[in-house]
Amino acid sequence: MADTAQQARRTNGRWAGYWHLLLARMKELQREPEVIFWVFGFPLLLALGLGIAFRDKPADIASVVIVEGPNSQKLVALLRQSPEHGAIRADVLGERTTLDQFRLGKYALVVSMDDQGVHYRYDPARPESVLARSQVDDALQSAAGRKNPINTVATAASEPGARYIDFLIPGLIGMNLMNSGMWGIGFATVDMRQRKLLKRLIATPMRRSDFLLALMSSRLVLMVIEVALLLGFGALVFHLRVEGSLLAILLIGTLGAVSFGAIGLLTACRAQKIESVSGLINLVMMPMWIFSGVFFSYERFPEMVQPAIRALPLTALNDALRAIILQGAPLSSQFARIGVLALWGVLCFVLALRWFRWS
Amino acid sequence: MEVAIQCRNLRKTYDQKVEAVRGVDLTIYAGECFGLLGPNGAGKTTTIEILEGLLTPTSGEVEVLGRNWQTHERELREQLGISLQETRLSERLSVRETVELFASFYRYPNSVESVLEELSLGEKADAWVGKLSGGQKQRLAVATALVANPKVLFLDEPTTGLDPQSRRQLWDIIRQFQERKGTVLLTTHYMDEAERLCDRLAIIDHGQIIAEGTPAELIARLTGHHVVEFAISGMTDGSDDQVWKRLPGVQGVRTDDGLLCLQVNEPHETIPALLAEVCKQGARLEHLTTRQASLEDVFVQLTGRHLREE
Repeated sequence: MADTAQQARRTNGRWAGYWHLLLARMKELQREPEVIFWVFGFPLLLALGLGIAFRDKPADIASVVIVEGPNSQKLVALLRQSPEHGAIRADVLGERTTLDQFRLGKYALVVSMDDQGVHYRYDPARPESVLARSQVDDALQSAAGRKNPINTVATAASEPGARYIDFLIPGLIGMNLMNSGMWGIGFATVDMRQRKLLKRLIATPMRRSDFLLALMSSRLVLMVIEVALLLGFGALVFHLRVEGSLLAILLIGTLGAVSFGAIGLLTACRAQKIESVSGLINLVMMPMWIFSGVFFSYERFPEMVQPAIRALPLTALNDALRAIILQGAPLSSQFARIGVLALWGVLCFVLALRWFRWS
Repeated sequence: MEVAIQCRNLRKTYDQKVEAVRGVDLTIYAGECFGLLGPNGAGKTTTIEILEGLLTPTSGEVEVLGRNWQTHERELREQLGISLQETRLSERLSVRETVELFASFYRYPNSVESVLEELSLGEKADAWVGKLSGGQKQRLAVATALVANPKVLFLDEPTTGLDPQSRRQLWDIIRQFQERKGTVLLTTHYMDEAERLCDRLAIIDHGQIIAEGTPAELIARLTGHHVVEFAISGMTDGSDDQVWKRLPGVQGVRTDDGLLCLQVNEPHETIPALLAEVCKQGARLEHLTTRQASLEDVFVQLTGRHLREE
């Protein structure tokens, strides 16, 4: 370094530290395969798995069996004539096999006919059995000439926008923003504190605000990717229709990422060991996984706890995301939910700064 | 001479009961390498971290480069290079990326490449920090301090746990920094390190300075500049130290790890008398060495304990 005097001296500008911190953070994240999986892979797998499990199948076909006998062909013919014959599949078997197969669950209903009329053997504890009975009964009655006193029209509501996967995707986006905010900020901070890296950093002229800003910025970069990935996946694989504006979604995503980052920072503001902060993070997130309507609507919980549920940050985030993505609601209509999220963020950030320990 | 670091009556009490530092005064001049030597838990790290502005003293005054931490923190940070004890840098950044990150915090940093070159990290520049050996990691820690282009370098136990070759490598680096008019303050519990590297040092024990001076001065202050160590068997007279204390030129006697140690000024007078005494007692000499007194002997004489003991 004796020759540094001759070298053109490098001078760092005001934001050099911030950019390098952000760059270092992004590189670190990118080099951790676990992080890539938990942040990007896991939510996609979850969406895929749940989307398939709860996909809208064609209406259930009732499997029924007709006991072989003098009237069995008549029954088959009647069922074929009925307008609902597409929903019923009927086999004809001998009496012994019939009962065996019914017990094993292959058939939902056993139908036989003698002089007294049609007999149904069904299991009231099995929903599909109950359903099959009424379906077959309807089919037979109308095929035999029953007239319905009221005319009804039924429409199947399985178009995009009203399916489970439509409900799920915005919830997964919200949950993912919470998870990665809490872990990405909370866990990373304590890890750096435990490694005495935080202390080493404040032994330099680095501005502490730059450090926190870089940490938050790295979350925003990831947030854009997370949201784009889940929305894109939903649109491609499940034909999710995004009704609202992408800008509004990103703004809500930004607010969510920052707020959960602040909550993560507060959770991590004093913990010395990653073991203790892991417990804390799970403790904070647990109620929101359950109550905030990620996988199912929180309307199922009792009326008296609804205000508390709506005050949770993840509830506000999920509701706002659903309103914008599924209903195309404008940002301005989400004022209250934005307020809840922002309040959590600001409050947690102020407290975190007050209590934060660098060593 | 220009003063680089000065502190007066420094005290640090943790939780209002543990007194880690109990009234330390230090004056460190620009361009010197000053060592804080002491056993684990003596208060070395607390002292150096107060001087680094990372801990607030319970009482006392600190001045670094003529400034104090309350009013000139940013300005001071720009001019100091600090390596803490046991910082674990991010494992998934490369050596160059790590040094660049630290360089980015300073307004006028050194060139990253030249620092890497100087610390023999050039070949490892693109390796991840997690893949480095202990010696390389320690050199990297010093690199993050040197890239600041500091006036003062603080090193807290820079060579603890390193193999002899890595230690010598670090000593060279410290000397090179000193040759460029840098001031160094380091802590260590290695005697030989303090003796070879430091221009001056302070021996610290139980939060207080118990001796201060150049290594030569401290050793000269000892009664007996040479140490005769021996072991015998078949001694009839028991192991009474008085026998040995009466020998000519013996200033002090102690037992150390099964060996008898005599502190003497003139070994050529003491050793013949020692051999005669062994003969007279009908004992057999198992071991005999003689060496120059070291800082270890200074510490033992001052405290009755060894530096490396807990």
